[in-house]
Amino acid sequence: MKVIVCVKQVPDTSGKVAVNEDGTLNRASMPVITNHDDKSAAEAALRLKDKYGCRVVAVTMGPAAAESMLRDLLAMGADEAYLVSDRAFGGSDTFATSQIVAAAVHRIGVEPDDIILCGRQAIDGDTAQVGPQIAEKLGLPQITYAGDIALEDSGAVVVRRMLEDGYMTIRAKTPCLITCIKELNPPRYPSVSGIMECYEKPLTVLTYEDLKDEPLIEPDTIGLKGSPTNIAKSFTPPLKGAGVMLEGADRNTVTDLVSRLGAKHII
Amino acid sequence: MQTFTFENTDTAAFHGVWVYCEQRRGALMSTDLELISEGRKLADELHTELCGVLLGDGVAALAPQLAGYGADKIYVCESPLLHDYTTDAHAKLICDLVAEYKPEILLFGATNIGRDLAPRCAARLHTGLCADCTHLDVDVASYVEFLRANSTLDEKGIGEEGLHQRFESDLKMTRPAFGGHLMATIVCPRFRPAMATVRPGVMQRAAFDEARAAAVQIVRPTFSLAAEDIQTEVLEVVKAAREMVDLLGADVVVSVGRGIAADVEKGIALGQELADVLGGVLGGSRVSVDSGWLSADHQVGQTGKTVHPKIYIALGISGAIQHKAGMQESGCIIAVNKNPAAPIFEIADYGIAGDLFKVVPMMIEQFRAAREAKASVG
Repeated sequence: MKVIVCVKQVPDTSGKVAVNEDGTLNRASMPVITNHDDKSAAEAALRLKDKYGCRVVAVTMGPAAAESMLRDLLAMGADEAYLVSDRAFGGSDTFATSQIVAAAVHRIGVEPDDIILCGRQAIDGDTAQVGPQIAEKLGLPQITYAGDIALEDSGAVVVRRMLEDGYMTIRAKTPCLITCIKELNPPRYPSVSGIMECYEKPLTVLTYEDLKDEPLIEPDTIGLKGSPTNIAKSFTPPLKGAGVMLEGADRNTVTDLVSRLGAKHII
Repeated sequence: MQTFTFENTDTAAFHGVWVYCEQRRGALMSTDLELISEGRKLADELHTELCGVLLGDGVAALAPQLAGYGADKIYVCESPLLHDYTTDAHAKLICDLVAEYKPEILLFGATNIGRDLAPRCAARLHTGLCADCTHLDVDVASYVEFLRANSTLDEKGIGEEGLHQRFESDLKMTRPAFGGHLMATIVCPRFRPAMATVRPGVMQRAAFDEARAAAVQIVRPTFSLAAEDIQTEVLEVVKAAREMVDLLGADVVVSVGRGIAADVEKGIALGQELADVLGGVLGGSRVSVDSGWLSADHQVGQTGKTVHPKIYIALGISGAIQHKAGMQESGCIIAVNKNPAAPIFEIADYGIAGDLFKVVPMMIEQFRAAREAKASVG
C-alpha cells in the first residue's frame, strides 16, 4: 500500500499582493508556500503511514523551484517525491494540469490498495477542480471535502465528506482519490532527523520526454494549447466611490448616521 | 477507465442553456433558483431555450418551481439509485444527457456537491470549466458595460471591437482570482458545452411566474444506470443539528472581526443585538472564525460566503481584501473601527472611527428608537 499525495506550491496571497500593469499577478515579488489544503493532505498521508506503515509519495507539477516544497515534505516524513516539470506543461488550465498529473501518477503506478490524496483547492486559483479531474482521468472513485479518513479491516476507506449543512459518510474501495480540507488535520513540523535525511531521499524529475508515451499525454491535451479554457481578460476591481467618514464617535455621530440612513430610506 | 466518446469541437451543433438543479433530501437548493434566473438571461441573449436537469428519487414535483423562475423545460431522471448524491451516478447521467442533447452552456451551483460533480463531468466531456463564477455574460455589449462599471480598465483595455471578433457568442465567465485581488474572465472557445460553477448568493433570483410554473414541460429521457456504475457507497447523510446561519438570504448582516478581541463575548452579544434590532443576522471575518469565536457558517469573505444585503455593518473589521471580496456589493456599508486608516473605510458608505464597545450600544439604542418610530407611523 502507498499513498500518493498531490501538492502545489502557491504564492502567499494572505499578505501584500503585487499586480503587474497588465493586470496579471507579479509572482516574482511574492513569497511561496505549500498550499494549506495540500499540507493537510500530506499530513493525512503521513498519519496513514504512522498507522499502517505504508509508503508516502509526494507529487507536484511546477517550476524547478518547487523542489524546495518537496524537500519539506520529505523532511516531514514522505518517502519519495516527483517533480513534474517542463516548459511544455506551462500555461495548463485545470483540465490540462489534471491530464499531466494523472499521467505522472499512472507512471508512478497505482496498485489496488493505493490511495491518492489531494488538497481540496489551491489558494491561487481556488478552483477545487484538479483533484476530481485526476480521478476521472484515472477512472478512480473520488471523495471530495474529506473531514475524516479511516481504513476498514477490509481495506476500504470510509470518509466523512463535509457538506455546507452537515456531512455524508462514504465508503469506497481502493484505489481511490480523496481531496482533503485544511481542517482535516494540522500538519506536523519536520523532525530534525527528517530534515537531515530529506536530501538523501529519492526525488525524481519527470519531464515531457519522460511522460510522452503515457496514453494521457497528447500535444493537444497539455499546456496552453491543450487547455480548453483561456483567459479573455484579467483586471483589477475599482475601489468603491469614497463614502463619508462621520465626525466623532459619540451620541451625535450615531444620531447623524441614523438620520442620514433615514433620509435615504435605508432604514 | 471509462469509455465515453463525445465529439464536441463542432460548437455550432450545440444549443440551449442547461442548469444542473441540485436537490438535497428532496428540496431544491437556493442556488438552483439563482442559476435558473441567471440562465434565463443567458438563454435570452442566445435566443435559445433554458433547461433544468433534475436527478433524484421522486423529485419531479420540484419541476414547476424551476419553471416558475424561468426554465422552459426540465429533464427529470428518477431512480432509487439516485436517492443519495453520488459523484458516479450524477456524472454518468449528466455526461450521457449532454452527449445526447448537446447543450452549449452547462451551469452548476458552486456548492460542495456542484464542485465535486462539475469537474468530473468537464474532464469526461473534454471541455472547459470555470470555477466559482460571480458574473456571466454572452452578449458583448452587456459584458462591456459590466467591465466599465466593475474594472479599472480603460476603453483600450476593454477592447470592445476585439471582444466582438474573438468571443462574440462565447460565454464570458468572470471570477475572482488570487483571493479577490484580481478578476479574470474565462472563455472556452473551442469546445462545448462551456461549463461554470457559480458562487452561491451572487446571482439575483428573478420574480416567480405562476403561469410559467403551471406550464412546466417535463421531459423524462431514457437513461441507463446500474448499481455497478457507482463506485462509492453512501453510509449515512447527516444534517447538522444546529441551525445554520442564513447569511445569504439576509437583508442586514452585522459582522464582527478582530476588534472584538478585547472582550469576545461582549463583542458578539453587541453584534447579535444590533443584528436583531435591524432584523438581520450575525456574520464574521476570517479572524473571528479562525479564532473560534464564531462557527464557520458565519464567515463572510473570499473563503466564506459572498453576501449582498441591503445593509452591511462591519464592527472591528479592518477590511482585508479577502473580506471585501465577500461583502463589497452590499447596498449600504457601515463600518466602525478604532483605526481611522483601516481599509474597510475605503469601501464604507459611512464610517465611524471609534471604539465599537462604546459606539455599538448607542447604535442599538438609536436604531431601535428609529425602527419603533417608523413602525408607529406606518
